[in-house]
Amino acid sequence: MASNGIRDRVAIVGMGCTPFGERWDKGADGLLVDAATEAVASAGVTFDDLDAYWLGTMFSGVSGLTLSKPLKIDYKPVTRVENFCATGSESFRNACYAVASGAYDLAMAIGVEKLKDSGYSGLTRVHPVGDGTAAALSSPATFSFVAPAYAEKYGVDPEELKEVMSRIAWKNHRNGAVNPRAQFRKEVSMETITRSPLVAGDLGVFDCSGVSDGSAAAVLCRAEDAHRYTDHPLYVKALSFVAGPGGGAIDPEYDYTTFPEVVRSAEDAYAQAGVTDPRASLAMAEVHDCFTPTELVLMEDLGFSERGLGWKDVLAGTFDRDGELPVNPDGGLKSFGHPIGASGLRMLFECWLQLRGEAPPERQIATVGPNRNLGMTHNLGGGPGECVSFVSLVGPEPSA
Amino acid sequence: MSAGILSWGVYLPYWRLQRGAIGAVLGGPSGRGTRSVASYDEDTTTLGVEAARRALAALEGPPPEDLLFSTPAPAYLDKTNAAAVHAALDLPPWAASYDLLGSVRSGAATLRAAGAMAGGHRALAVVSDLRTGLAGGPEERDSGDGAVAVVFGEASGGDRVGAELVAHAATSSEFLDRWRTPGETDSKVWEERFGQEVYVPLVEAATAEALKRAGVVPADVDHLVVAGLHARAVQAARKALGVRQEAAVTDRIPVVGNLGAAQAPLGLADVLERAEPGAVIAVVVVADGADALVFRATDDLPAVRAARAAAGLATVEELVAGGRDDLPYARFLTWRGELRREPARRPDPERPGSPATWRSTGWKSAFEATDCRACGFRHLPPSRVCLRCRTVDEMDRVRMADVGGQVATFTVDRLAFSLSPPVVGAVVDFDGGGRYRCEMTDVDPDALATGTRVEMTFRRLYTAEGVHNYFWKARPVAVGPSGSDQGGE
Repeated sequence: MASNGIRDRVAIVGMGCTPFGERWDKGADGLLVDAATEAVASAGVTFDDLDAYWLGTMFSGVSGLTLSKPLKIDYKPVTRVENFCATGSESFRNACYAVASGAYDLAMAIGVEKLKDSGYSGLTRVHPVGDGTAAALSSPATFSFVAPAYAEKYGVDPEELKEVMSRIAWKNHRNGAVNPRAQFRKEVSMETITRSPLVAGDLGVFDCSGVSDGSAAAVLCRAEDAHRYTDHPLYVKALSFVAGPGGGAIDPEYDYTTFPEVVRSAEDAYAQAGVTDPRASLAMAEVHDCFTPTELVLMEDLGFSERGLGWKDVLAGTFDRDGELPVNPDGGLKSFGHPIGASGLRMLFECWLQLRGEAPPERQIATVGPNRNLGMTHNLGGGPGECVSFVSLVGPEPSA
Repeated sequence: MSAGILSWGVYLPYWRLQRGAIGAVLGGPSGRGTRSVASYDEDTTTLGVEAARRALAALEGPPPEDLLFSTPAPAYLDKTNAAAVHAALDLPPWAASYDLLGSVRSGAATLRAAGAMAGGHRALAVVSDLRTGLAGGPEERDSGDGAVAVVFGEASGGDRVGAELVAHAATSSEFLDRWRTPGETDSKVWEERFGQEVYVPLVEAATAEALKRAGVVPADVDHLVVAGLHARAVQAARKALGVRQEAAVTDRIPVVGNLGAAQAPLGLADVLERAEPGAVIAVVVVADGADALVFRATDDLPAVRAARAAAGLATVEELVAGGRDDLPYARFLTWRGELRREPARRPDPERPGSPATWRSTGWKSAFEATDCRACGFRHLPPSRVCLRCRTVDEMDRVRMADVGGQVATFTVDRLAFSLSPPVVGAVVDFDGGGRYRCEMTDVDPDALATGTRVEMTFRRLYTAEGVHNYFWKARPVAVGPSGSDQGGE
């Protein structure tokens, strides 16, 4: 029994990503068509060349028909997947396995979410018929347990921690300000962030990611076929996904300063890719900054910072776009919002641009080099104590 | 030994509305004092559960096998409200549950019926009321919310009878004093002096007969409780009964308001907390006629009180002095549905499903956890597979409703749906193990801290499509004036 991974067996040869935002102009159908056509054009193929599709969406449709009807797919397999906030990444992971198995030559992973049409603030969803006892707390509220717990455990002054949180938001908005696909494309001052109205606990509006619509897609093939389609593919180095037992929510030992699911999925991914020092091996990371304290704790759970010292790295600018390890150089969920089915593939799209040197010069990261060229995408779905976590590693070279 | 009162429980809500706050908003004269106010998440069923929990907290013997629930303001019609009380108390399935609903006088019938049913087994009478009235009117100003529960039975299992019901008499008369058509929240009343004229002879007749049947004369009465929503008739009757003036029990109306159906049981509980052995207690209910119940305190009453104190139960005196009296009038109106407020831009809460609710009664109603037999790990909600050792289906159910805990961490949620935002959520670690994340109520978030002691309380989370969603919340353990825990268990 082992998580063996499929290192260097699958390549990404084309990608597409719509602008994210309040896309009143398009429904899920239209966004899917935009992302899919951009991806096939990027790979230099046509829809006829594609053998199978994996569609990630949480709310915006059920079954493969959600994709096959708008794209008029010609009697091919379309699998719809859902896995909370890792939904987009799940479409990617499962499509990779299908290609690696040899079942298909060319597959598309695509994700979409149309959130703004609901007319409500924040996320809404339909639950199975229940007994009415599920806690009514919102997502910001469950994540708001993290900051005070962290401050107490590591002796960080709460006001200083608020500055750390604000700096994470500031950094991600600064990155998004120069990204034309982002929902929010302007810098936000530290003061505005720090003084934004409270949503839950110490989390202000600017500590929370936005709500938006968007879609992103990737075209995948076996690694040995990659150069038929592009001179600059990305190779899949690791794919890890874990669902936790939900212990944190009921275990008095859990202290809200870590996401064990993230630790486990990161360890698995690093083992698959042979990474021993992620801070030195990774050129960039796209992580799930749903709330600012989440990104802080992720820096430690993903092994970028020592336990209890992540806040110092944040303040030192370690994770800035021009820092030692750029985190969320595209602007993250903070700037893009979080159309759930699309987010994981949007993160992969940033790796696609940055690791292959295709990001515009004004926002190209400087960390990519011959000995340091891995990119990470990471999603966390659920909340502290009960969540799922996804980690992928991709790189432009077939073997490290 | 005949059946009598083994125990009693009083529940007064946390909130008080200053009568002056009404006049301050509406203009016009302001009343003095306060009234008790059920919170947005309370109804007569939840008030009744809390009173009944307190009545049972100090008892050691077998649980009641008859449960009678009475209120003029039921949460449901057709469906038995007592069944929800039964489930929340985790009474055995063979215990009967009945409602006596609608009129204020049903409260008197409930005490009588429970007293009559008790014998070989125990009977629990729960009388609950939640009174509103039109804004600015005397009904709104002078009434209050609360519940009282009384356990009748014979002494057994270390429990003793504190007072015996020795006689009862009643009179009935059909006339329009107060009335309310179903679906309305405000009662109508006829001109006061007419009611006084009709009531006094009815009260005199019932009381005289009851005392006669008890073999005592008015001068023998040591404590006289006269309760009813017709204030003038109550006042006049008190004077007309020939009972010693000092026997008249001071009601709690200036502080908590008139509890309607629960007003007489409240007076009875109040007396039981100070009556001497042998004292004659007359409880007179003035409602569409009159009921007079004559009790005699037993020699064991002090021991009953001692057991209650040992269980940490607050006295009526302490409960009346407790609570929080700064409820804004606008919030009161909002909670009562008299002021329609703009809701948050969030979906309406979902109606609980009947089968799912039925399957989880042990959890949802009785707040039961499961303890792993292999390793002892405690699961809230119940789980079939142990989190710690993964043993399957080796669990013991354990009731957590009466187990205290402390706040591990908490948050103020300004986004989640609530009838009275913001929601305060807390992670609670229970004494002896177990953790659960739940809503808090009766809480001032500014006074909340890690380590704050909490107790569980049965509440109505919300109502969706006519279904009341009852579940448990945590609330800070209030410290009464004497330093005892308010609510006790």
